[in-house]
Amino acid sequence: MNRLVFINIIRFVVLVLIQVLIMDKINFYGFLNPYVYLLFILLLPFETPGWVLLLLSFALGLTVDLFSGTLGLHAASSVFAGFMRPFIIKLVGEKPEYDITTQPKLQQMGLKWFIAYALLMIFAHQLFLNMLDVFSFDEFWQTMLRVIISSLFTFLFIMLFEYIFAPRKEKK
Amino acid sequence: MRNILVFIIRYHFLLLFLLLESFSITLLVNSTYYQSSAILKAGSRVTGRFYTSISNATEYFKLHTTNEHLAQENALLRQMKGVSFLRNDTASFWVNDTLYKQQYKYIVAKVVLNTVGKRNNYIMLDKGSRSGIQKDMAVITSKGIVGTVVNVSENFSWVMSMLNKHTRISGKILKNGQMGTIVWNGVDHLYGTLTDIPAHVKITRGDTIVSSGFSYIFPAGIMIGTITDYRVEQGEHFYTIPFKFSVDFNALQYVYVVRNLMKEEQESLEKSTERLKDE
Repeated sequence: MNRLVFINIIRFVVLVLIQVLIMDKINFYGFLNPYVYLLFILLLPFETPGWVLLLLSFALGLTVDLFSGTLGLHAASSVFAGFMRPFIIKLVGEKPEYDITTQPKLQQMGLKWFIAYALLMIFAHQLFLNMLDVFSFDEFWQTMLRVIISSLFTFLFIMLFEYIFAPRKEKK
Repeated sequence: MRNILVFIIRYHFLLLFLLLESFSITLLVNSTYYQSSAILKAGSRVTGRFYTSISNATEYFKLHTTNEHLAQENALLRQMKGVSFLRNDTASFWVNDTLYKQQYKYIVAKVVLNTVGKRNNYIMLDKGSRSGIQKDMAVITSKGIVGTVVNVSENFSWVMSMLNKHTRISGKILKNGQMGTIVWNGVDHLYGTLTDIPAHVKITRGDTIVSSGFSYIFPAGIMIGTITDYRVEQGEHFYTIPFKFSVDFNALQYVYVVRNLMKEEQESLEKSTERLKDE
């Protein structure tokens, strides 16, 4: 249990740093903003109580906000992603009941499950974030293009991280 | 009472979500209110230090371009100096003549954080209220306008970049003095849009757009960009004029924060004039 908490704290810090130091500098005509910090919410254990999930999402979003000067934007969207997580997990299939140690990871839940789970979560987060940022339907298609491109690249980076940081023994 | 408790426990997930969500959105929407700016101010104590140390480490890689910009600006300033002018009259001339009164002061600050890829971009500077920076001051470089200060802590400040949905800066075409509004449509950090220029005005590609000086924030005549194209949308009476920013927002390093020494006087005059109108 303690090990799990420790891993999650490290993950929180590392992902926020990667986000504000590397990902926020990526720029492609303003359409490409990968938000990899979402991986923290994706990888929280299945057993995380709802209220902990929401509070952690809020803390994560607020931290990213403080580093980018957009107070409330990332907090709102990652709380939304945290809220959607139980429903999305229900939709793509829950974990097998007999196994307590299973976590929502690529190596444990399989490629197909993880792709569906990650894509839905990323899309929900990106849609909410971009709609809130623009706050009007004037530039609807431009915003949608932004959502789709950013979602795809967030997905690519998240898959990449999952493969890079996969523990050896679980690979098989 | 017991029913309320049961209700709260049963729907705590949804209720907590609504609570956190409404709190976040309130922060976002009321970003000018005291609470939000106080949170951002407290946060920038940590994030500011963090970004300063990162930028201290990375600025060596950009020294070449920084030097080049400084040399160019020095050359320009030297041209303006008294010794560069030929005196063709014999009347004596004092620089501290009462005809001239200093209106703007410039504070140098370093950019420690800057983005260009988002819909709303913000810039963090390594100086704050201790160096005399206040909210609503203009931020420029030798090349042109960068943005406006929106939040200040003791040692750091947040600047709303021109690359922001909320940017509304009054600009004019230098050649014919036509006034318009500068907006950014959120696609490309190299190009902005000038609007509100009436469709009967003649416009040429390559014309310069400068700040109009009709605000208390920006001094008049500061470069904004050059016109690249113009068109009148169907059913409109005004031009849509895309232009290229004179500032490369992707390569900002040192900026000047402009302090208008007569802002209070101008504002109090405006207020008393409005009071006259009401009466």
